[in-house]
Amino acid sequence: MQTRDLVRVSLFAALIGALGLAPRFDLPIAAGVPVTAQTLGVMLAGVILGARLGATSVALFLFVVACGAPLLSGGRGGLGVFAGPTAGYLIGWIAGAWVVGAMMRVLPFKSDFTSALIASAVGGIFIIYLFGTPWLAWSSGLSLKNAAIASATFLPGDALKAIATAFIAQTYFQTFSPAAGARA
Amino acid sequence: MIGAPLSQRTWLHKLPAGFKLLFIAAATVVFFWVEDPLVLLASLVLVLLVYFALGREAVLRLKLFRLMLPILAIVGAFQFLASGPAEALASVSRLALMVLLADLVSMTTPMIAMMDAFLPVLRPLRYTGLDPSQLALAFALVIRFVPVLLDDWLRRREAWRARGGSRGSWRLVAPWIAGLLRIADHIAEALDARGLRLK
Repeated sequence: MQTRDLVRVSLFAALIGALGLAPRFDLPIAAGVPVTAQTLGVMLAGVILGARLGATSVALFLFVVACGAPLLSGGRGGLGVFAGPTAGYLIGWIAGAWVVGAMMRVLPFKSDFTSALIASAVGGIFIIYLFGTPWLAWSSGLSLKNAAIASATFLPGDALKAIATAFIAQTYFQTFSPAAGARA
Repeated sequence: MIGAPLSQRTWLHKLPAGFKLLFIAAATVVFFWVEDPLVLLASLVLVLLVYFALGREAVLRLKLFRLMLPILAIVGAFQFLASGPAEALASVSRLALMVLLADLVSMTTPMIAMMDAFLPVLRPLRYTGLDPSQLALAFALVIRFVPVLLDDWLRRREAWRARGGSRGSWRLVAPWIAGLLRIADHIAEALDARGLRLK
């Protein structure tokens, strides 16, 4: 790994941590609904760093959390989060960021907004639930169907985050892309 | 669930981190086999007694456990309806037990010791091009830059508000990330200039 990639991966992992700690911001469509959003960071990692570096960044973030840094939203961290019923979603973040990055590359749409929206809906929601729901079912003894119903309560929030990612990606690629490095 | 280690040293601090990790791994396997709610409940009480044995600060940490309560309530309610009170009790106490046990280790193990204990597990990753010195550098950068980025975000939001914006907007995220990547490239140049060589 080049020094440049290593530092970008590390700083993006730090950004995911920072997103969990303070920033709440208003979204364009759901005016007034504050969102504190680490999955937003996961989606953005895939969109902006690409599949390989994005997934590495998320994995690094989770490693730092596992070692005890309280960086998950609400100040959670340590091994407990990986022993809990929602651990599957966290592992799913890694695969999710990878899929978002890979889809950004292959989707044929001209508009960054459309590509980022579809990529984050598939990678940032579907893939993460694909890992999280079976783990929730298995660890808590729920049936898969009930676990899916329980996960579905997070769906509206996650859909908002996918839309936010699309808006942010569009602004980012239009305004900063040439200076900050191409979409990869 | 709650990361930061306790400020006082306790008897649990003296055990090697690798041993504690192995113990948790073994306990996880064992407790997923146990189905008797009474055994699980008794183990839960045992773990809580360890918290009390560790002193006041450890007991206060239990307060932070309330973040887990909504999900435990959901699991408990579903289980109660699907398979009855015994199953619900077993599931909820098993989950609480696993999380509290893992937190016990995180609370009594410094972050660096934890990272060292993980390294043997991560050694196979060497074949994918990751080496431990890179991981240590990346780890340090993450810890250092969370507060820097947070501060940067708050400054941007302050400037936005001063110009009449609302409390913060998604519009600030893209420039925030662009700024971050610019900082990253400066750091990379500085590291290279100081002779960091990555394979």
